[in-house]
Amino acid sequence: MVCNVLEYLEQAGEKYPDKCAFADTTKRMSYTEVVDTARRIGSGILKRGIQGRPVVVIADRDLESLMSFFGIVYAGSFYVPVDKALPVERMKTIIQVMDPGLILYQGKDSKVAEQLGETDKILTIEELLESDIDHEALEQVRAEHLSTLPLYIMFTSGSTGVPKGVVVSHGSVVDLVEQFTRSFCFDENEIFANQAPFDFDVSVKDIYLTIKNAGTMYIIPKSMFIMPKKLMQYLEENKVTTIIWAASALGVVATFKGLDKIKPLTLKNIMFSGEVLPMKVLHYWQANLSQAAYVNLYGPTEITCNCTYYKVDREFAIDEVLPIGNAFFNTEILLLDENNQKAAPGQVGEICVRGESLALGYYNNREATEKAFCQNPLHDFYRDMIYRTGDMGFYNEKGELVFASRKDHQIKHMGHRIELAEIEIQVNILEFIKKCCCVYDDKREKIVLFYESDGEHEVEIIEELQKKLPKYMCPNRMIYMEKIPMNSHEKMDRVKLKKMLGEEAYAEK
Amino acid sequence: MEELMKILKELRPEVDFEKEDKLIDNGVLDSFDLVALVGEINEVFGVEVEFEDMEPENFNSAKSMYAMIERLENEV
Repeated sequence: MVCNVLEYLEQAGEKYPDKCAFADTTKRMSYTEVVDTARRIGSGILKRGIQGRPVVVIADRDLESLMSFFGIVYAGSFYVPVDKALPVERMKTIIQVMDPGLILYQGKDSKVAEQLGETDKILTIEELLESDIDHEALEQVRAEHLSTLPLYIMFTSGSTGVPKGVVVSHGSVVDLVEQFTRSFCFDENEIFANQAPFDFDVSVKDIYLTIKNAGTMYIIPKSMFIMPKKLMQYLEENKVTTIIWAASALGVVATFKGLDKIKPLTLKNIMFSGEVLPMKVLHYWQANLSQAAYVNLYGPTEITCNCTYYKVDREFAIDEVLPIGNAFFNTEILLLDENNQKAAPGQVGEICVRGESLALGYYNNREATEKAFCQNPLHDFYRDMIYRTGDMGFYNEKGELVFASRKDHQIKHMGHRIELAEIEIQVNILEFIKKCCCVYDDKREKIVLFYESDGEHEVEIIEELQKKLPKYMCPNRMIYMEKIPMNSHEKMDRVKLKKMLGEEAYAEK
Repeated sequence: MEELMKILKELRPEVDFEKEDKLIDNGVLDSFDLVALVGEINEVFGVEVEFEDMEPENFNSAKSMYAMIERLENEV
């Protein structure tokens, strides 16, 4: 049994020492080079005496960031990727939650690192690369390893205003890649093209499926999704076989008709997650790449990427919704009604997940952890944890799970999970705001902020929010109101506000 | 031009679209901005921005966007 993800890396290194493991647009690294570099970084970190503590990485889309992750694991620590484009305030909040042993960055991002005000903790990856490999120390760390130890932490939006760090263990990631490999028959010929940023757990699948199968992973530069002309050419040139992307990234390609000119026929698996894939996007891809299998993946970060999948096996009309399918092997889905009983066939219930894929909880946040990770309510004979996703679903007549709605005000926007309350909290801090309410306009896919104030303040609001929140959390539309409508319970009337947006959309037509 | 400025202002109220001329090169607009923007342009101007039009020079400034729209309008 594999207890540490590094075993995958080392096994691949022994079998295919010279094979390209990872590549970005400027360089490629063989498995031997990856192992050697990661051991160097790991040995350097070990000298700092922070074993078992988290290490924050100011991550970019390149090999250096990736190598630092493996290096941290070699040092017996766990990594916390933070996208270098995040606002400094957001990084500081994450650092406050984590209290990391070290913060790694690349020399080119020194401006960002210096603004964090953690001079005694910041260290460049370049400096670590100079370290000599200390085999003895690395072996010692390995001997003490447990598969239940954390591997990484990914942050997700929190409704109390503070983001939550989901702690995922080696064992859960091993379970993830074993089940994916089994379900989709991956092997050493697999070539992945990574789209998702490293602080987004969609990328976890690319990284660890690559080393598990001794495949190759290309890191696609962000710019190719902005001007996607070169994207398909890149996939074709590198003979990419599998893409595991955010559904919104497939949408970008469809909007810009990216497959009209070049069709990368090597693509065998097109997998997507993060939100419901619009049917017209699926149809566009299918019409252009009919040889590929299309797989809808579902699951929150807390159960290690995905818990169910649906291989598209029939045609769907434009107004139908893709099911999220069935649980992966070694995972169970419990659909629970409001009385914590199994929902009757066809009835809507909360999607709850059970199995080895469950995360260890939220870092340094027992309250939030106990709310979401709890004892299986169907029995009390032994400790049996389930994760309550807050997503509501039902089984269709074919026995496939279908996502229905959310239990709360969490939304999915551009592939990201967002608590609307977290945005509202940041807006309410502004002194000129009397009241505010965020609503998601599903039709136009926009976060709409209604605010009550002494006048219009759009520019000020957005400028302040951009200092604190990732860009994908900033409202796409702001509507000034003299008075926000209230409902009979003296609460802001979200239903009415949402209805206003709907009527407006109707009027446009 | 006025209509285009209205679309841009609503998309990103904090950006000075009168002055900014490296919207793509400097990463001011990201892929999701562009998806929204192209959608709006197609709808409001009744044009079809094609794959071939997706070049940085067509989107670096409001002016170049407008030039592209005019060209597309004439093609119709």
